[in-house]
Amino acid sequence: MKKRTLRSMVAVAGAATIGAGLLAGCSPSSPDEGSDGPVTLSFVSWDPHMDEIVDVWNEENPDIQVELSTPSESADELVTKFITQHQAGANPDIVKVEYQSLPALISNGVVVDLAQYVPDLSSRFDDASLAQVEFEGKVYGVPQDFAPLVFFYRQDVFDSLGLSAPATWDDYAAAARAIHAANPAQYLGTFSAGDPGWFAGLAQQAGANWWSASGDTWTVAVNDAASKKVADYWQGLISEGVIKSDPFWSTQWSAEMNDGTLVGWVSAAWAPAQLPNIAADTAGKWVAAPVPAWTAGDPATGIWGGSAMAVTSDSKHPQQAAEFLEWLNTSDEALSAQISKINVYPAATSGRELPELDAPPAFMSNQPDYYQVVAQVAPNAKSFDIWGPDATVTFGAYRDGFANALQNGTSLSDALDAMQKATVDDMTKLGFTVEE
Amino acid sequence: MSVTSTAPARRPRSLHSTRIAVVLVAPAVILLALFTIAPGVYAFVLSLLQQRVSGGLFGGETTEVFVGFANYAAALGDGEFWASIGRMLLVAVIGVPATVLLAALFALCLDARGARLVGFARIAIFLPYAVPGVIASLLWGFLYLPATSPIGGDVVDFFGSPMIFFAVANIAVWGVVGFNMVILYTAVRGLPAEIYDAAALDGASELQIALRIKLPMIRPAIVMVTLFSVLGALQLYNEPTALRPLANAITSSWVPLMKVYSQAFVENDVYQGAASALVIVVLTVGATVLVNVIGSRISAAAERAE
Repeated sequence: MKKRTLRSMVAVAGAATIGAGLLAGCSPSSPDEGSDGPVTLSFVSWDPHMDEIVDVWNEENPDIQVELSTPSESADELVTKFITQHQAGANPDIVKVEYQSLPALISNGVVVDLAQYVPDLSSRFDDASLAQVEFEGKVYGVPQDFAPLVFFYRQDVFDSLGLSAPATWDDYAAAARAIHAANPAQYLGTFSAGDPGWFAGLAQQAGANWWSASGDTWTVAVNDAASKKVADYWQGLISEGVIKSDPFWSTQWSAEMNDGTLVGWVSAAWAPAQLPNIAADTAGKWVAAPVPAWTAGDPATGIWGGSAMAVTSDSKHPQQAAEFLEWLNTSDEALSAQISKINVYPAATSGRELPELDAPPAFMSNQPDYYQVVAQVAPNAKSFDIWGPDATVTFGAYRDGFANALQNGTSLSDALDAMQKATVDDMTKLGFTVEE
Repeated sequence: MSVTSTAPARRPRSLHSTRIAVVLVAPAVILLALFTIAPGVYAFVLSLLQQRVSGGLFGGETTEVFVGFANYAAALGDGEFWASIGRMLLVAVIGVPATVLLAALFALCLDARGARLVGFARIAIFLPYAVPGVIASLLWGFLYLPATSPIGGDVVDFFGSPMIFFAVANIAVWGVVGFNMVILYTAVRGLPAEIYDAAALDGASELQIALRIKLPMIRPAIVMVTLFSVLGALQLYNEPTALRPLANAITSSWVPLMKVYSQAFVENDVYQGAASALVIVVLTVGATVLVNVIGSRISAAAERAE
């Protein structure tokens, strides 16, 4: 009898321990701060040195504390994460989101209208920036920066070959051929199948308009003539062998930017903030110039990225979050810090007059008028009328379609047709009204 | 029955052990129900729905609509889905035999008489299993990329069209050979040594002992190792996903699990993803049954021959 009782006691004790362990894992989360105590906001942003700027706010505003977390995912993966987290109601209060992804968040109900919390937001931004965040009379985010396309090239390599900054895309092609002929191990650049936003910027410069809306009807034209012109141009250079076809942001690409295999990069105004992580050995050797034009003298350019900051619908303190964002992206104090630490070109009109823009970013110390070059191209930056509500599908189709085409040597224009079909099919399946 | 005199002494004890058994097994069953069966049922429910917007430029409110088996029809009718299964099978055809053959080879070599540095070799072969899958893939990615490769990546295009399958299979095999070798080595060590003495007396060489005696006697372990490898190959995901940002060779639907992920989380269509995932589950169960049937047929045939 004793043995049996002991054994059963041990069994019951073991089961109870395991059960308690299970329950402990399901303990409720700590309750929210009451409206009397300090409000804590969670903020997700991938800008380097943003923590220093957030510290300034936290010191000046003890009753609204902001906790920054730097994500490890890429910007596109973050959009997917926010949409998924919204279904659990678990999003942070404030998120940084690229302009191209904002409509996808709007159509999934992830972000809220800020006009009700900060009424005079619209007066502080120019039309081009506002067009990226204002839809149907509501303002869904505070524009942070503006990112027109800018062409970066290695001054030393160009000088040694007697080349100057290409003014047209024909000049760019000629420079690419000259560089590769002089040194078969060198290329003027690479065509990235991993960056749909980059290709969209090039298409915008050529006059493409992938999405437009009238009333409640969408018009989708991803494979319009301008986009095909851009695709065919790059296809020509790739098949000649003077432009590589490897994606940006890989270790291979960083190694090639660093050791001089790649001597040019069609990028955007935020590039100097990223270049120290990519090609640290080449600091001070790159020069920025306006992107080559399709017709000589045409100042039009496109946009690659740039982001706004939005308040999520899961936030319990949208008023305070909106106040923080107003300070961060329109006040002189915060914008000066952003320019000098994060190298942003501000979207706010007041920010573009700040004296910090007279000094170049640390990586471009050889070009004191860097921000003047950006200011010169910014007013002519064209974007699409609007970004589609399922831009993530379009971007996924770009990555797969263009990667396959480059790998197998098939037509990039056909990949554009596949992108168009994927986008329209998805929008129709969801129930949007689409006209092609 | 004549057991009435002994039954009363036995019955309480058997009931008692049943109760203890239930209590001890309960946590595992509860966890299985909570984290495997319940999500599976939920995924099935999701796979019967689709999302619809309710008008307005940005869609207003979104609702879920019952669509029957439309998601399954879309998954089964999608050429890209079958292409991804084809690619996964190609990697499996390269990887599974390689894993089983190498694991068996290493296990037999380590058990051979006169083998030196057995302890060191065992650890060295097992070490790749301790490297997390994503890190191993990134490591091999750097070894494959032309710009950073010390193993001739600029001569051989590891990301080219037929080579990419070998490249991916190589990473998977490298990671998992050690684990399977340990299983087979343990099985071989468990064989009675008298058999080897008898065989040596009959004049069998070391090689003949290994191939004619040890290998057939660890057949059940080999079937188990093959089953594990096939299951692992069907769930191929880490290696292609980690290699994807490095080159153009791998798309977002290169293997079925990647397609499920991109449907659910990139295209925001959880419903279609759930349907694709359940189709893969059915195919996986079918493959498991197939491997088991083939394995038992081979065992039965071999036993009849003995």
